Amino acid sequence: MRYSYYPGCTLKTRAKELDRYARLSAVALGAELEELPEWQCCGAVYPLAKDEIATRLSAVRALMSARDEGRTLVTVCSACHNVLKQTNEALKADANLRMKVNNYLDPEVPYAGEARAIHYLELLRDEIGFGEVKKRVANPLKGRRIAGYYGCLLLRPSAVMALDDPENPRVLEDFIRALGAEPVAYGRRNECCGAYVTLEDRAQAEKSARKIVQSAADAGAETIVTACPLCLYNLKNSAGGLPVRYITELLAEALGIAEGA
Amino acid sequence: MQKIGVFVCWCGTNIAATVDVAAVADAMRSEPGVVYAADYQYMCSEVGQQRLIAAVREHALTGVVICACSPRMHEQTFRRAAERAGLNPYMVEIANIREQCSWIHKDKAVGTPKAIALARAAVAKVLKNAPLTAGESPVAKRALVIGGGIAGIQTALDVAEAGYEVDIVEKSPTIGGRMAQLDKTFPTLDCSACILTPKMVEAAQSPNIELLTYSEVEKVAGFVGNFTVTIRKKARYVDTNRCTGCAECVAKCPARKGKNEFNMGLDNRSAIYIPFAQAIPNVATIDASQCIKLRTGKCGICEKVCSAGAIDYNQRDEVIERRYGAIVAATGFRPISLEKFGEYAYQESPDVVTSLEFERILNAAGPTKGQLVRPSDGKHPHEIVFIQCVGSRCSEDAGKGKTYCSKICCMYTAKHAMLVREKYPDVRVRVFYIDVRTPGKNFDEFYRRAAEQYGVEYVKGMVGKVWRQNGKLMVQGSDLLNDEQLLIPADMVVLAAAIEPEPGARALATMLTASMDTNDFFSEAHPKLRPVESPTAGVFLSGACQGPKDIPETVAQAGAAAIKVVGLLSKDRLVTNPCVAHSNELLCNGCSQCEKVCPYGAITYSEREVVDRGVKDVRRLASVNEAVCRGCGACTVACPSGAMDLKGFANRQIMAEVDAICRAK
Amino acid sequence: MNNENLRDLVVEISGANPRKCMRCGKCSGTCPAYAEMEYRPHRIVAMVEKGDIEPLMRSQSLYRCLACMACVERCPRSVEPAKLVEAVRLLVIRGQGQNHMSPDDIPQKLDAELPQQAIVAALRKYGK
Repeated sequence: MRYSYYPGCTLKTRAKELDRYARLSAVALGAELEELPEWQCCGAVYPLAKDEIATRLSAVRALMSARDEGRTLVTVCSACHNVLKQTNEALKADANLRMKVNNYLDPEVPYAGEARAIHYLELLRDEIGFGEVKKRVANPLKGRRIAGYYGCLLLRPSAVMALDDPENPRVLEDFIRALGAEPVAYGRRNECCGAYVTLEDRAQAEKSARKIVQSAADAGAETIVTACPLCLYNLKNSAGGLPVRYITELLAEALGIAEGA
Repeated sequence: MQKIGVFVCWCGTNIAATVDVAAVADAMRSEPGVVYAADYQYMCSEVGQQRLIAAVREHALTGVVICACSPRMHEQTFRRAAERAGLNPYMVEIANIREQCSWIHKDKAVGTPKAIALARAAVAKVLKNAPLTAGESPVAKRALVIGGGIAGIQTALDVAEAGYEVDIVEKSPTIGGRMAQLDKTFPTLDCSACILTPKMVEAAQSPNIELLTYSEVEKVAGFVGNFTVTIRKKARYVDTNRCTGCAECVAKCPARKGKNEFNMGLDNRSAIYIPFAQAIPNVATIDASQCIKLRTGKCGICEKVCSAGAIDYNQRDEVIERRYGAIVAATGFRPISLEKFGEYAYQESPDVVTSLEFERILNAAGPTKGQLVRPSDGKHPHEIVFIQCVGSRCSEDAGKGKTYCSKICCMYTAKHAMLVREKYPDVRVRVFYIDVRTPGKNFDEFYRRAAEQYGVEYVKGMVGKVWRQNGKLMVQGSDLLNDEQLLIPADMVVLAAAIEPEPGARALATMLTASMDTNDFFSEAHPKLRPVESPTAGVFLSGACQGPKDIPETVAQAGAAAIKVVGLLSKDRLVTNPCVAHSNELLCNGCSQCEKVCPYGAITYSEREVVDRGVKDVRRLASVNEAVCRGCGACTVACPSGAMDLKGFANRQIMAEVDAICRAK
Repeated sequence: MNNENLRDLVVEISGANPRKCMRCGKCSGTCPAYAEMEYRPHRIVAMVEKGDIEPLMRSQSLYRCLACMACVERCPRSVEPAKLVEAVRLLVIRGQGQNHMSPDDIPQKLDAELPQQAIVAALRKYGK
């Protein structure tokens, strides 16, 4: 199965492992991620104001590109997925936005939200299936107590993101279980790590992140996994004491395709 | 030759201030067909009516038009007056020159021509009126109450007291409903079972009341005064004539995995069970889905230990049919499911409970024998947080919860908090509230006592999230008055979940063709003035099925429903409204459109013989049940061939009114 | 710009309606940035409704909101406080020379591991 792939800027620079292991694992699982021929930074945050049109255009271009290829668009970074998905849904729902965007971009075929934008976890859960993933695990992570960190972007607003139950999600726990490890659920797994406020007030971000790591540690976790480079950064800098890894690193390890694993 | 009289009412200054009533009467005198026109100050008064009667007799009037207030006010009054004068009461038309004219305009120059136009239209209509005779239908002297909670029980008791026979159909094995699950009742803190069971016993012993428990209504046919109801008496696999309620079978039953509904699923019950100690009827019931014998053929212990020989594994459901004159819906409520409120960790932790579950925990006959302990580890809690309005007062676009206030929660939480503080003064109790709603008698005093005398801490604010950490329930909420965000390590969290109608209510409403609102509460005929009647004739409403309410209101409403039932059953014959739909056999093409749009189920189709222009033919034709038809006119609009028309509001009459108005000027 | 106009602008830009708020405080009960804010979410909604926009525009609270959407998710009246916060913030930073953070501020905040995403996000949220 071939999918269009939107890596996002950070996966090309500071979060290369997240990208590399995503591609390698996908291939090992029988899915091919073909990077979009042309894409720009999605903007990293979804603009909440109704009159913000220009700031959503990059996301529209990515979605249009996937639509034109006739493929589902896959993203690994939680932030990119949040921007793409919310933009796509807004185009479907808001005729005024649709009109303005199409007027400006003037595409050959107007875009009305036809593309399907999914996150890598949805690829694993819905397209490949965790059962299939489990079968291909060559190196089950037995005995490892791993906490999945959702953060806010994958789940909220739930009416739009519709990835999982926003208060009681299970996709990361099911993922971890499929890799042979023991998932650890904890109270703060869907709280915000601090995100961009890390540049405005480092102390606030550290505080948020530390509470999250503490919560996971209290529940008995040894490692935290996440799909977002900024979450990883904030959680690592929190001095909470637990190692933080990308989901795709773990996946590659379990599939036995990570070098030096 | 028609002789119409027109009477223009001043209604004091209500009409006369904005309409020149003398001018209206004047204008009417020159209308074709009108032989008499007069104006008077208060037509509805005794003097006014006498004037009407005198004029009818003196001028041998064949029809009258009264220009006055809305027909909703006095149509009946003037019809009766006309009848007293010897005129058919349906040769009377009302022109509403008050609500539709003088009350809207400020200026006689505008109001008067409009009143004249309205009067003209009424004259045009009455010229085409035909005398109508109200029909009659019989009344079966028996009432059906659907639902055996306090609402159904009270209604049945009151109907029985008036000397009429009444059946209570209850789907669970015993009557008692939600009130039987309560520990204490606000604001008196009476023991709920102690005040309920005497009523339950009275219902059981009343010669006029028959209890059909473990039964459900399957089909309702007929109309007011003549309902035919099919009831399924579900098989208990226990002969209720032999069972003594000794409960030996319950003690010895090996299948104990069924969730105990009475305790809201907090513990299990056996497959053969008596729901609670004071159940009425006090007989056992076998839950076929849990029973080993019924599922696999093995076991049979209850049969062996039963000294009364009451067990009968071959019992079948029994379906009966009965006739009733009146039906009362009393199907009650349940707490909503909390799956969309995952932020409170209800699914994750057994120590997060709903208020009804908490009620069972406090109750001496409950899953913890009345000891306040955490369901997770049986330990005594030291810190309890109550969260109000879970799932109530949510906006429609929030996509979860109900829009309404569930009414009873502020009071029952004050009750719970007070009971905990009284019995266990070492427990810290906090209530997160948005408002505290205590409108009933002695209600506010009750809540203030909880706060002032018993030290319940009321926090104005709301909990954002609850999660488990280190054996505690971390409760994060806002305290708006103190401008703080609290993080409380609690031992138990109690959620005041919204209440909604019992799930079977909508299917029942369909069977009864009774209206429901979008929240599945039965609709009342008028929100202010007719709270216990459904718009569907012969169907009445009792208790929380009509809207959230507490016990005092339920009992009051139950009594109100009962007197409406008695008012109906006390008649030997019902007078039916003659302004009903009627199908012209020669024009009807059997398409069923009218049947489909009728909200009351008043139209049926049958094969009948007609003689059309000398030729005999058998056709599928509509016929209207005049006792059920309410004259709404939907069928007349839907009918493509014009066969369906409304007596008293015929299509040509409506057109004549329009012509008259357009002719004005 | 008087208060009425500012409030109307906020409501228009955000697409949210502060009148729906029933003053329950759940947003503030949920907000992870509560301690860092001068004006908390419930207060921000009330101030917008009242038209008390100017003090909000001067407040640092606007830059402490993480746009994590927890308040939006949990508000029982669908008031969407986060959108109101963003709208007020936009009223400030859309003004000429009113960026809260600009590219010039970034170099001193860099470290070896800071992801690009953080820089873009901050510039998007704090500047125009």
